[in-house]
Amino acid sequence: MLCDVCKCNDATVFLTQILEGKMQKVNLCDACSKEKGVQDPTGFALADLLLGIGAAEEIEKGTPTQKCPMCGFTQADFKKTGRLGCSVCYVTFAEGLNSLLKAMHKGTEHVGKLPQRAHREVELDDRMRTLNEDLQKAVAEENYENAAALRDQIKQLEHEKAV
Amino acid sequence: MKFANLMSTGGEWLRGEGPHHQIVISSRVRLARNLKQRAFPGWAKKAERTSILELIKPRVEELPEMQDSFSELLQDLSALEKQVLVERHLISREHAAKNVGSAVIMNRRQTLSIMINEEDHLRMQSIRSGLQLKSAFKLVDKVDSTLEAKLDFAYDSKLGYLTACPTNVGTGMRASAMLHLPGLVLSDMINQVIQAVNKIGLAVRGLYGEGTEAMGNLFQISNQTTLGEKEDEIVSRLSKVIETIIEKEHDARQMLIQRKSNTLWDQIGRAYGVLTFAHAMTSKEALNLLSIMKLGIDLGAFPEDRRLPIDELFIETQPAHLQKSSQQKLNAEERDHLRAEIIRARLRVFPKPDITKLAKESENGSAPEPPTNE
Repeated sequence: MLCDVCKCNDATVFLTQILEGKMQKVNLCDACSKEKGVQDPTGFALADLLLGIGAAEEIEKGTPTQKCPMCGFTQADFKKTGRLGCSVCYVTFAEGLNSLLKAMHKGTEHVGKLPQRAHREVELDDRMRTLNEDLQKAVAEENYENAAALRDQIKQLEHEKAV
Repeated sequence: MKFANLMSTGGEWLRGEGPHHQIVISSRVRLARNLKQRAFPGWAKKAERTSILELIKPRVEELPEMQDSFSELLQDLSALEKQVLVERHLISREHAAKNVGSAVIMNRRQTLSIMINEEDHLRMQSIRSGLQLKSAFKLVDKVDSTLEAKLDFAYDSKLGYLTACPTNVGTGMRASAMLHLPGLVLSDMINQVIQAVNKIGLAVRGLYGEGTEAMGNLFQISNQTTLGEKEDEIVSRLSKVIETIIEKEHDARQMLIQRKSNTLWDQIGRAYGVLTFAHAMTSKEALNLLSIMKLGIDLGAFPEDRRLPIDELFIETQPAHLQKSSQQKLNAEERDHLRAEIIRARLRVFPKPDITKLAKESENGSAPEPPTNE
């Protein structure tokens, strides 16, 4: 059985809590249980709140039959393996994943390396947006000479993007 | 390059040079990358895995860093050869379990190892000896930038690099160092250190990573989180923590010399005695005793020029290395005998531990190793 928090290691600490007649089970690996300080049973409810251990169940509850359109991966598969099916799964299961990532990591947004390719795409998109805005303006101002030049530039950019 | 050649060259990090090499055995940085719109290796069918492999492998082989490289499909390696690579930390235990549709490519110096279709499509790892996390990151980062121009990596502007396991998303980076901490273990301070390290979001693991036991007083320290922090911030935070642990280890050794010199002397003497005369030894016992010998060298109980044979024994006495060098499959009992034999042969010309140096240390209490900076 995999740890509910990191989904990577085997769970070695099994906690069960009955609260208001509802039973909740959490399985943690050694590292996560130590890190979250849940080895102390009195600290458990607090840890649950802080961590959002419920997050794993949230993913499950979400839409169990939902399938990734790219690779056919389901919620149930994630529960079983702790791994996702493909990069598109991050979009498909975004809702549930967000709270999981929040509990797992230091932040919720990537601030590190940006691939040059992605960098270039963003840049081209920006230039395209500006050109389109200028074109709209030129047309509105009936400055057709300028508009024709802009249209040529957009065509050129589209060609660049396709490469 | 053939496997036999790979075996005969020790690999740069095994030579034990680099800053703080007495305590920091090696520094490793790995990056996880995946192709856009393709199923991750664990979910992909065999045909898709193979097509992904065929797409990535030539791109990796043509890297300038991989000019003189060892490149092998996992199905073409024997179980023993895979285990040898695991013992050298060149592939993961998970990767050793893979077969058709996976590959490993590494350079001759064994400073760069790239796994294709491990848990992610690409796992690129750089290993350096001593505390050299920054230069390890620099190498693997350069390789990543070269590959990224030819391969379309899965990247999201908010989540960064997308990985099979959500624990790696963002930078996809795991930086780690292998530390030899006999002083902290002998003085019962290791748990305190581990807890403190855990508290600041770093992980402490045993010799072979996740879920493995700490043997030979060897510990791996790595970053736990990958999202919300820049690569160089993670690397420098980790380096700082490791430098603090190195200081603590030196303090612990100093304390042992001054207050528990009898215990220390006893441990070193016993390690020397058992290693010199035993006729059967498990790899765990060997690692633990070799660790004490290494400490003995650090403290001057054995001459400095005996460091290399001890360092080499650490890896040569591992189960797969033992069997590979004897060219036959051995059962556990046979391995234990062979292991003891190899160690006895190495220690035949080894001088007895010299206590006078230790006694001097305890009188003037000077630090045995001057600090060096990365």
